[in-house]
Amino acid sequence: MTIEELEQIAKNVKQANEKFDYEINVCMDLACASQGADKLKDALEKAAAAGAKKVLVRRTGCMGPCSHGPLVRVDGPDDPQERLYRKVNASHAEAIVKSLGGAPVPDLQCNLDEHFDKQVRVVLENAGYIDPEKIDDYIARDGYKALLTVLTEMTPNGVVHRITESGLRGRGGGGYPTGLKWGTVAKAAGDVKYVVCNGDEGDPGAFMDRSVMEGDPHRVIEGMAIAAYAVGATKGFIYVRAEYPVAVSRLTTALREARRHGLLGNNISNTPFNFDVEIRLGAGAFVCGEETALIASIEGRRGTPKPRPPYPAASGLWGKPTLINNVETYANIAPIVRNGGKWFYNMGSERSKGTKVFALTGKIANTGLVEVPMGIKLREIIDVIGGGVPDGHTFKAVQTGGPSGGCIPAEMLDVGVSYDALLKMGSIMGSGGMIVMDDTSCMVNVARFFIEFCMTESCGKCIPCRAGTAQMFTLLTRICDGTGTMDDLALLEDLCSTVKEASLCGLGQTAPNPVLSTLRYFRNEYIDHIVNKRCSAGVCNMHAAHSEIRSEVLA
Amino acid sequence: MPLVAPPPLPSEDKRWKIVNGTMRKNGFARHALIEALHTVQSSFGYLDDESIRFVALSLRVPLSQAYGVATFYHYFTLKPPGKHTLTICAGTACYIKGADKLIGAAEKHLCVKQGQTTPDGQVSLMVARCVGACSRAPVILCDGEVAGEVTESQVREQLERWKAE
Repeated sequence: MTIEELEQIAKNVKQANEKFDYEINVCMDLACASQGADKLKDALEKAAAAGAKKVLVRRTGCMGPCSHGPLVRVDGPDDPQERLYRKVNASHAEAIVKSLGGAPVPDLQCNLDEHFDKQVRVVLENAGYIDPEKIDDYIARDGYKALLTVLTEMTPNGVVHRITESGLRGRGGGGYPTGLKWGTVAKAAGDVKYVVCNGDEGDPGAFMDRSVMEGDPHRVIEGMAIAAYAVGATKGFIYVRAEYPVAVSRLTTALREARRHGLLGNNISNTPFNFDVEIRLGAGAFVCGEETALIASIEGRRGTPKPRPPYPAASGLWGKPTLINNVETYANIAPIVRNGGKWFYNMGSERSKGTKVFALTGKIANTGLVEVPMGIKLREIIDVIGGGVPDGHTFKAVQTGGPSGGCIPAEMLDVGVSYDALLKMGSIMGSGGMIVMDDTSCMVNVARFFIEFCMTESCGKCIPCRAGTAQMFTLLTRICDGTGTMDDLALLEDLCSTVKEASLCGLGQTAPNPVLSTLRYFRNEYIDHIVNKRCSAGVCNMHAAHSEIRSEVLA
Repeated sequence: MPLVAPPPLPSEDKRWKIVNGTMRKNGFARHALIEALHTVQSSFGYLDDESIRFVALSLRVPLSQAYGVATFYHYFTLKPPGKHTLTICAGTACYIKGADKLIGAAEKHLCVKQGQTTPDGQVSLMVARCVGACSRAPVILCDGEVAGEVTESQVREQLERWKAE
């Protein structure tokens, strides 16, 4: 496959699409699919075939505002803007097809201009526009152009330089500079090197990586291939959660198609570069998001982390230099190569460049996927893009970073989103889960929920994490059931610092964050539970408040 | 190819051939352990001693390591699932929107705890960490089929429907 051939495919697709008067795109991501999007697509195809106009009905990945799904977008000559329809079901198919050439169907119109205006789409640029199982659709939107440009016109060093220049930082949560990581692996000695994509999206409440893998799988593969060229690897692995069967099947199809087009395999684009990718399934362990545990899992062992150094960049998979990046990081690579490092560098805030995809969920009107430039105020994400807290409730906190992150209160909402600002507030960027809580959520209970999660997911290798999280859970249970004392609170705080300082890997080191951040901003709720035996949100039932039996703490 | 010949298939059951196929595709390499166990679970529904032993011997992995992997990962189950499986998502978004109430309602209705199967083998009640459908929380999976914005009464209705079968 050469660039000319690639351009020919893109041209063919465009010519084929021009034969149609209209394109009807149906979102078939999990949220819409669970509400009958497949039946809707069949009905639209049937109605379109019976109608007079030439219509292309296409299935696409996630369009974004999932709470309005199933979503349908009509592109055609009727109006300058695309028409977005919400809450569409199969019975609306005929009305939608009939409306082509005239006014939009009134009851279904989705007015989310504000929601979309604040967003900048880089990673999600194709989401909602391509059929994820058709490589030609991806190629028609400049797909694989970056890879072939890199192979024919750039040196591996030049690629590393461009990524460094862009200021891209790891999107898995830690925020390590991507260019620096690539440079380290590129410089590492050894003939055999590996490239790994971390698609083990274990953070509950986050689904960005799933959407990218399901909606635009080739983007991830292209990013990995460029990375492999830059660091000198010939083999890649995508580690995906087994809980995401659709992502696995889409990636399998995408890999097959890429091989068939000569975009993976030996002598790609008639250059000496060889590269292929294998999929590895996770098996439900949160700790496997940690890079050394992920390596252990790919090697077929229990997912327990190892002390670093040596870092995977020096000694990773089977002891070879290994580059591990998150799905969203790889998804950013092709646009950076195409548009230049400066283009990316000019987006975002001072030390956090580019955009970030967030999964906005919880007590908020517009739940779904959003992509915003770094530096945007949290308030804008929640009130404008998210549409605020519904049902007359008031905003209490937004949780970012999952079980490793923290809860950010209302008074901090005017802070711009960046790795450093979130860290300063006691939370982390994380992989991009953003869960909004209102006055019906008890912050002590939320802290207990996360500690229970970390306790269950602790691999058991190091004692601070294995025993510490269990004792923290018991202490929080006491406070939630009304038997907690101020001594328990002091012990809890003490344990937080022990677990944070002494744990082996990121799971344990960040496990106390939900407790520490709620203690920092919502200490009065803890005191209310302990002293007044009262849960102002009405979540904890305090059933044991007057009994003599207390949960046993061994610490 | 392995130096030692792989063990014979445990029985005539065609599903063993599928399991063996996965291992062959990976050249009977040790790192194919998790892949092989995935194939066992998707073919047989769960992992038992016989299947873990067969996979371990075929891949020349110590039994302790194979059993360690089978019990370490939550996705693997050592107990046969019921005829139907109700999985309730307990990810953060679902929890905030009341997944614990759904779990409570299902436990009360079925008289089993999460992770257990009813004595008649009809329904297994499972709790998932997150299925990635957070925007429609709370979410349940009825035999793998995702349903969003679920209420307690909908959970009870679904369980009644299965019971009536």
